[in-house]
Amino acid sequence: MTVAEFKPGGGVGKSIPLMGNEAEPTIFELSVENRQGHSFRATDVPEWSAEELVSAEHLRTEPLEIAAVSERDLVSHYTRLTHRQYSNDLGAYPLGSCTMKYNPKLCDEAAALPGLGRVHPSAPAWLTQGWIELLDDLSNTLCAITGMHAVTLQPPAGAAGELTGLLLMRAWHESQGRQRKTIVIPDSAHGTNPASVTLAGYDTVTIPSDDRGCVDLDAFRAVMNEDVAGVMLTNPNTLGLFEEQIQEIAAAAHEVGALLYYDGANLNAILGVVRPGDMGFDIVHMNLHKTFAVPHGGGGPGAGPVGVSKRLAKFLPGPLPQRNGDGTFEWFTPAESIGRVHAWHGNSLALARAWSYILANGGDGLRRVSEMAVLNANWLRVRLRETLPAAYDRPNMHEFVATATALKKATGAKAIDVAKRLLEEGFHSPTMYFPLIVEEALMLEPTETESPQTLEALAQAFERIVAEINDNGPAMAKAAPTTTPVRRVDEARAARILVPTYDAR
Amino acid sequence: MGHYVPHTDAEIEQMLAFVGLSSLDELFAMVPTALRLSGGLDMGDGLSEYDAMAEMERLADANDSSLICFAGGGAYDHDIPSVVRRLSGRTEFVTSYTPYQPEVAQGVLQALFEYQTLVSRLAGLPVANASLYDGASACVEAVNLTVAASGKKGVLLSRGVQPNWRAVMRTMAAGTGHELIDVPLRDGVTDWSAAYGAGDVGTVMVQYPNYLGCLEDVSAARSLADSLDAKLVVVSDPVSSGLLHTPGSLGADVVVGEGQPFGTPLSLGGPYLGLFACKLEDVRRLPGRLVGETVDADGSRAYVTTLRTREQDIRREKASSNVCTNQTLIAVTAAIHLSWLGTSGLRELALRCARGTRYAHEGLLRIDGVEAFAPALTLREFAVRTKVPAETIVERMAAEGFLAGITLDDEYGAGLLVAVTEKRTKAQIDRYVEAFEKVVR
Repeated sequence: MTVAEFKPGGGVGKSIPLMGNEAEPTIFELSVENRQGHSFRATDVPEWSAEELVSAEHLRTEPLEIAAVSERDLVSHYTRLTHRQYSNDLGAYPLGSCTMKYNPKLCDEAAALPGLGRVHPSAPAWLTQGWIELLDDLSNTLCAITGMHAVTLQPPAGAAGELTGLLLMRAWHESQGRQRKTIVIPDSAHGTNPASVTLAGYDTVTIPSDDRGCVDLDAFRAVMNEDVAGVMLTNPNTLGLFEEQIQEIAAAAHEVGALLYYDGANLNAILGVVRPGDMGFDIVHMNLHKTFAVPHGGGGPGAGPVGVSKRLAKFLPGPLPQRNGDGTFEWFTPAESIGRVHAWHGNSLALARAWSYILANGGDGLRRVSEMAVLNANWLRVRLRETLPAAYDRPNMHEFVATATALKKATGAKAIDVAKRLLEEGFHSPTMYFPLIVEEALMLEPTETESPQTLEALAQAFERIVAEINDNGPAMAKAAPTTTPVRRVDEARAARILVPTYDAR
Repeated sequence: MGHYVPHTDAEIEQMLAFVGLSSLDELFAMVPTALRLSGGLDMGDGLSEYDAMAEMERLADANDSSLICFAGGGAYDHDIPSVVRRLSGRTEFVTSYTPYQPEVAQGVLQALFEYQTLVSRLAGLPVANASLYDGASACVEAVNLTVAASGKKGVLLSRGVQPNWRAVMRTMAAGTGHELIDVPLRDGVTDWSAAYGAGDVGTVMVQYPNYLGCLEDVSAARSLADSLDAKLVVVSDPVSSGLLHTPGSLGADVVVGEGQPFGTPLSLGGPYLGLFACKLEDVRRLPGRLVGETVDADGSRAYVTTLRTREQDIRREKASSNVCTNQTLIAVTAAIHLSWLGTSGLRELALRCARGTRYAHEGLLRIDGVEAFAPALTLREFAVRTKVPAETIVERMAAEGFLAGITLDDEYGAGLLVAVTEKRTKAQIDRYVEAFEKVVR
């Protein structure tokens, strides 16, 4: 096999070691009674006592212990915590399904603009024209990207978008005088799909994938009937494979009056290439924290807008932004709206970040994003063919699923051992054991922002790990990681002896 | 064209050759030709960073963000100390993923563990999760938990709960089939009298202090819940917790709330922070992520997300919640802000809000044409009745430099909801009252 040799130079996105190998006390252990670091504005407001302001039955007299630290200690504490944390800015994060691309700093600056931050959500529309225009622009552009007719920006995360989409399905069927019962989902789907289905009051029907890793069209047609409210699909699917029979799937679903739902977790693969609306989808959610560079924040906040076809637009949650004929902006609520799915207008600052990212990329840049995401993933799949082969070794989109089955059979080392050993090499691990239909799965999504040099370094790290296991057995991998802030964590103990707070210790 | 892909043309050629392709278009050969987008996306080309930022500034400047804020209703204009902004903006917190690999995620995990401890103390309950989306989603999940635990679908829902949060609960009830029963207010607080004896009720929900700023009698709600064999959910304002009894000590089974006051800008309403705490007996129904302390292979203290078998990626259709991505960064922000405030600072914050609120309330009530909305005691916000419609007041007060408050929905009767935080000086409040007097004439 030929190893591509890229020009020397080119930074490699990895980081070893993380500092912070010493345990950090909690903020509570750093506290000293009566120490304080806060500062309040001088206001001259009359200084009524607590007893004068709150009647005895409501007033708490005992202290509510929080912490008691100087600002200096607070800063040191949190800075030391960050030294115990891997991040995308440090290096590659090839977590399949999560689209951990580099998040441009432009977006941080945009989201920090005081003109966006200092706006109360209840302020009337005529005081918040800039915000409504921004959200209207974003809505229109997301429609253009997905090929949908209208969008709600309210859902604050992907799972919230799923539930919103399913409630829209419910409203649609009810408006047609139908009682539908089930939602059809492939066995490769994200776990949020079936969980959202339950919350929407439907039952899940799971269909198997075929031997190519795609929806088994015969099995799919066999479950299509008048009970089916809708079908939830990810395309490309969670194996990173494009569902080539999507038109046949859409036709079979629509024939029985079911709606087709697009899980936008993998939208990063198809920007400017193909649109869910053109594939026949009726409802689409987008994870702006994946495709549109809203940083993941250690687990949120994200944003999960939902786009719909024309016939469903009247059910969207309101209020929605709207441009008037005179160039001003206002909110409106569609005629048969299912109601609010967010207290205000969604995770607005995350939406603003996404808009700044879209502005900087434009239509040409977004197409390039998908091209490079797909090129990187295909290159890595081929590069790792002898080391960790793909479970379905054919052209993929933005990610692929490798399997450690052969390695496990030969040596006893599992996918998790490879993943933990990779941490010592300075890279974040791939997604492990997902999708469920692949044994010993390692799901790799390099994203478009990793350079060829980084991909080559990642591939070499995998090669070293696998060679070491083959030569010396799995012991080192099973003991890994040893160079990280903590070693392998006892998850079973955490569940058995629950310590959810410092006070429970 | 984007600026964030590193590949040179030569590298692209090399990579294509390596995978056996001759053009980028061939990467998408598996997409049926008929579906492929010809002619590109219907949108502009990419801007330089300078021009993209200029457009963002133009949009930001088109908002009137200069008004002095007297609006609350679940979103409060508190001071955000520099240290909170700086620390929560650390790149390791901002650009990391959900802590699936705990060995390299101890920073986020420990910050969440400390956050859970703080929320648990504010609530007076032993367990808190690692965050939900906002106050509304926390209310929704509280109902999901209590309905599942009680096996009863009826929810007695006080009208004192923030109206948009109730709206979201109604939307979600279309899917779950939960039956939300609105309980009216009288004299500013919930009138439970008609609710006694209600059938199939598993949940009683009350907000403390409520939407109108009034202090509810939580013990009365507890007694009602006991009589119905139902769980009590208290929607709590975490700032007011600086002065009030914890909801847990008043008998709450579940405590939820909005964590925005701790370090998060108003920003049109998001991203905010859903606070959620419960009793140990309900921990297996807890929505979202939970961080627990454990040890690593060397026996050193370590943190990890735990009781994962509750979660959607494992239980799938049997999961108690579909929450995956939540609001970790906002939770970390809140933990930093709370730690900065500390034990004495949280009480001081609550006290200063209460003082400003009383000072403004008394000032407005001295104006001819302004009346108290309700006799009940208020703490950090209050409503007033005016002869001039509240909408008109908000409009006229904007010309005077103030966001006067929130126009109450019809279900409460005409009125204006006013909130005062520790940021408001006596001089600002005096000018506000002066302007108010002018505009209600």
